[in-house]
Amino acid sequence: MSVWHIKNNLLRIVRILRVKPENPHVKTLTFKDDLCSSANPGQFIMVWIPGVDEIPLSISMVHPDGLASVTVAEVGEATKALNSMRVNDPIGVRGPFGNQFEVYGKRALIVGGGTGMAPLLMLIGRMLKEDVKAVVIEGAETVNKIVFLEELTDLSRMHSDSIKVFFTTEDGSYGVKGLATNLAEEILSEEKFDVVYACGPEGMIRKVYEIAEQYSVDMQASLERYMRCAIGICGSCVIGRYRVCRDGPVFSKAQMREMGNYLGKIRYNERGERVQI
Amino acid sequence: MEDHNVETLILKTEISGLIMPNPTMLASGILGSSASMLREVANSGAGAVVTKSVGLKPSSGYPNPTLIQVDCGLLNAVGLPNPGIHKFTDEIKDLIDLKIPLIVSVFGFSPEEYAEAAEVACDAGAKAVELNLSCPHVKGTGSEIGQDPKMVKRVIKIVKGSVNRPVFVKLTPNTARIDLLAEAAASAGADAITAINTVRAMAIDIETFMPILANKFGGLSGAAIKPIAVRCIYEIYRVVDIPIIGCGGIRTWMDAVEFMLAGASAVQIGSAIALEGLSIFKSICNGLYAYLEKKGFRSVREIVGLAHKK
Repeated sequence: MSVWHIKNNLLRIVRILRVKPENPHVKTLTFKDDLCSSANPGQFIMVWIPGVDEIPLSISMVHPDGLASVTVAEVGEATKALNSMRVNDPIGVRGPFGNQFEVYGKRALIVGGGTGMAPLLMLIGRMLKEDVKAVVIEGAETVNKIVFLEELTDLSRMHSDSIKVFFTTEDGSYGVKGLATNLAEEILSEEKFDVVYACGPEGMIRKVYEIAEQYSVDMQASLERYMRCAIGICGSCVIGRYRVCRDGPVFSKAQMREMGNYLGKIRYNERGERVQI
Repeated sequence: MEDHNVETLILKTEISGLIMPNPTMLASGILGSSASMLREVANSGAGAVVTKSVGLKPSSGYPNPTLIQVDCGLLNAVGLPNPGIHKFTDEIKDLIDLKIPLIVSVFGFSPEEYAEAAEVACDAGAKAVELNLSCPHVKGTGSEIGQDPKMVKRVIKIVKGSVNRPVFVKLTPNTARIDLLAEAAASAGADAITAINTVRAMAIDIETFMPILANKFGGLSGAAIKPIAVRCIYEIYRVVDIPIIGCGGIRTWMDAVEFMLAGASAVQIGSAIALEGLSIFKSICNGLYAYLEKKGFRSVREIVGLAHKK
């Protein structure tokens, strides 16, 4: 009989080593944890903010020497508490959990919104290694909500043959004025891609999904739901017959088609009520 | 379209009139809050499914962490989040065509609340209700009611007076005498007993000096509690004639057999899904079938309580 052990699930207490503001609302926190550092693009971890909450976060970067980062937008009590933590403060981590973005083909379109860029940043790193070319679109409401502006700009400069980056802002304060999805549709109508990757607000993902269906291009998206156990048993994060924590968080176009209105329109909240997204 | 092969006949199980294709059930609190997921579990080969516990009023439960891993098991204090039984009828009604029995777990903060929740569940289509008299981490319900044989009796009598479907009672191991709780349940008219719920427990982080669960106290499940569950079922089997549904740390077909030998007519699977995935129902059934055939039994019923006869 094998040991009663769920992969990567034991809680580890780690100290925050670096805090880097990405914009006025978003910070990247770096810590040392070998398991997190071995995460694949798209995988997530549960982060315990002692005395406050435990929340799911995508790994945004992995570094040598067992370091890993999460990139956190302040959206509620837990993320606010996490972003006010300082170097050497303790957090708990378990994971990484879930599947990953599959990298294939020669050319991909990446569409991200806000901190939805976190797993996509890791994906871009993987694509560079595997020699897959990418057109990246990051959408934000306004210039000071753009995440990874510096990193993405640097990457596109250093790898100008492989990566092209567009920023869109709704108010036109930076890059192309308008929505990321509008630009995505424009680009898809003119150029061929093997796959589209998306992460961000679910309304955006649903729109990208509809565009991908329209242009018959393959697609993968990382989805998000209220989460508790992260190991596939509590049922909090279900979308249709899928558990985001165990069957996702990355879902294929065929799976999204199967989700119907549960993609971008209806979700279960923390009480288990069906509510509009 | 019913399957009449040998495996089907050998594993077929009946609990208080509910016909199940096999004796494995989804335990309450696991994946049971949405119709789509309950259907997925049914399609994975479970013989019956029990929903997450539902009360009269909506509740968010506790903040995270609600579940952590400990040696040989899991510790949880989710805090009975639920949409309230009236909203939950949407999920129950979506499962009206389910091929296996749907059992709705209900809780209340008084006997009357249990009865009202049970009645609404049955009206919506539940084939049976399981009374959660054993959740170890919510004030005013669960084990706080279920540790007292008199209260157990009162709750069951009122529920039995309000519904005409089988009433299962899930008992707590957090008591010195689970046999007395079982006797009380049987004498009040319970149709079956589910044993056991989680064992009240705690884990403290040595770096931050804090209990890890937001609620501090929680319930222990998984391999750690299996021998406790086996002992409880053995004790209960001695004193009641109604069927027992075993629960607590079952992961393999050998575990299932052990529970049945102690006196369980069916077994519920919960935490082990985190280890084995949803294929666990089929793998337990396959192993159980092979065991029964090898030992020359013609029905799974024949091994129930066999450990008492030697």
